[in-house]
Amino acid sequence: MNEPVIIFDNVSKIYPMYHHFKGGIKNFMFNLPKAVKSIKNSRFEALKNISFEVNKKETFGIMGRNGVGKSTTLGLIAGVLRPSKGKVIVKGRISPLLELGAGFHPELTGRENIMLNSVLMGLTRAKVLRKMDEIIEFSELREFIDQPIRTYSSGMVSRLGFSVVANLDPEILLIDEAFAVGDMGFREKCIDKMMSFKKSGVTMVFVSHSIPDIEKICDRAMWIDDHGVKMLGNTYDVANSYRNFSTMR
Amino acid sequence: MVNKIFQKLGISKLTKNMRSFENYKDLIFVLTQKEIKLRYKNNVLGYLWSIAHPLAFAFVFFIAFKVFMRIQMENYQLFLITGLFPWQWFSNVVTSSPMMFFGGNGPIIKKVNFPRSFIPLAVVLRDTIHFILSIPVIVLFLFIYHKSPSISWTYGVPLLLCIQFLMIYGISLMFSSINLFFRDLEKLVTIFMTLIFYFTPIIYPVSMIPERYQFLIYFHPLAPLILNWKNLFLNGTLDSAYLVISLAYSIVFFTVGYLIYKRLSWRFAEVL
Repeated sequence: MNEPVIIFDNVSKIYPMYHHFKGGIKNFMFNLPKAVKSIKNSRFEALKNISFEVNKKETFGIMGRNGVGKSTTLGLIAGVLRPSKGKVIVKGRISPLLELGAGFHPELTGRENIMLNSVLMGLTRAKVLRKMDEIIEFSELREFIDQPIRTYSSGMVSRLGFSVVANLDPEILLIDEAFAVGDMGFREKCIDKMMSFKKSGVTMVFVSHSIPDIEKICDRAMWIDDHGVKMLGNTYDVANSYRNFSTMR
Repeated sequence: MVNKIFQKLGISKLTKNMRSFENYKDLIFVLTQKEIKLRYKNNVLGYLWSIAHPLAFAFVFFIAFKVFMRIQMENYQLFLITGLFPWQWFSNVVTSSPMMFFGGNGPIIKKVNFPRSFIPLAVVLRDTIHFILSIPVIVLFLFIYHKSPSISWTYGVPLLLCIQFLMIYGISLMFSSINLFFRDLEKLVTIFMTLIFYFTPIIYPVSMIPERYQFLIYFHPLAPLILNWKNLFLNGTLDSAYLVISLAYSIVFFTVGYLIYKRLSWRFAEVL
């Protein structure tokens, strides 16, 4: 049962400061010595030596203030970032839930975006075509599905985004502040769907500012502060400490 | 098996979550389809508009050089068209290459792990398809001037297609990757494209270049290729020296482009 599928072993992530590039080739060439020096010296440590494990079928919450390294952690799990030090091991197919349907193209229709997004997440076209109706049904957007996404409201877009992910058969699901938008009814539906994922044994990593949501869904939680693990353990303990900490400040 | 080859090729070092070969194939298909839809907005007029562009150019050069400057050449219109279509294919891809990873692609690169090289590939494929679809226009003009396609097109066209495809895919991998770090590359590319256009024998024949400069053709990566397109379309012939040289250039471009891309690709999510 306690088989870890996500392992962070003393992981650090250091970003070089890219601002010296922002001036482009011209500035870089004209200030070459300075630019080279600044590449070497200016660095930003987004994560310092963090270690944790997420077990199979577990629902794992990550909380913390803005800019402490939560998104970097998700990026490392998703495999779009590489750790600077330490090791990240992930076993299984990962489905990231893009906030607000970030992967959608505004000029394409809902249906076309479902296809594009699902294939990006690793499904084959044949499989998406089989599931298309189910996805549209879940989104409750049937009348608008052949309209370009740019005509959708932000709530509708996030609905569509969640509907794609909800029908992916994920093994490991990464959720980053996903259903902050959307009306009450759909939000309930999302929580229900996550509960049913949980029952069917999907591993989930859930990043949120909403402590009640984390408490409702997660088995264990991690609190990241100041680019390191501040606390790791039972959801209620971590949530309470985090709440106390937040009100104190 | 095929997956192993994909992994060996390092198509994505980042992709440790297994994608099937079918998914790779579908991903390329869907991304290309997206590019085509965005370009033509689902209507035939979209196609006509992009045919109109090189034709308008051909018209302008015809007026300027044939009518006003009286260039001594038979079928100059045809000569222009056969060069301008392959040029447009090259120029469209290269000009758009610095921005390929922007424009709606940023969020997916930051969140989803997939071979980033597929994004430039999709754009290159779109423009390749467009070029193939514009060959009938060239044929139409051949007929207007009482010429017809030659049998040598059957191997000549695919051969030149492959060479040019490899070349522009390499260039777009290079420029799209570098532009994420140096964001003024786009402006440089635009300036260079204007220079390259006039330094390539598209609107003038090689015979008009002074003899002591003619050897420079061999140092120009695009010139032998464009000359071969024109030879093929106008006379049904291929120059084998030009063919070998352009193939060599395209292999160099692809290799360099791919190595640069591979070196930088894992940082894309950091800089976007």
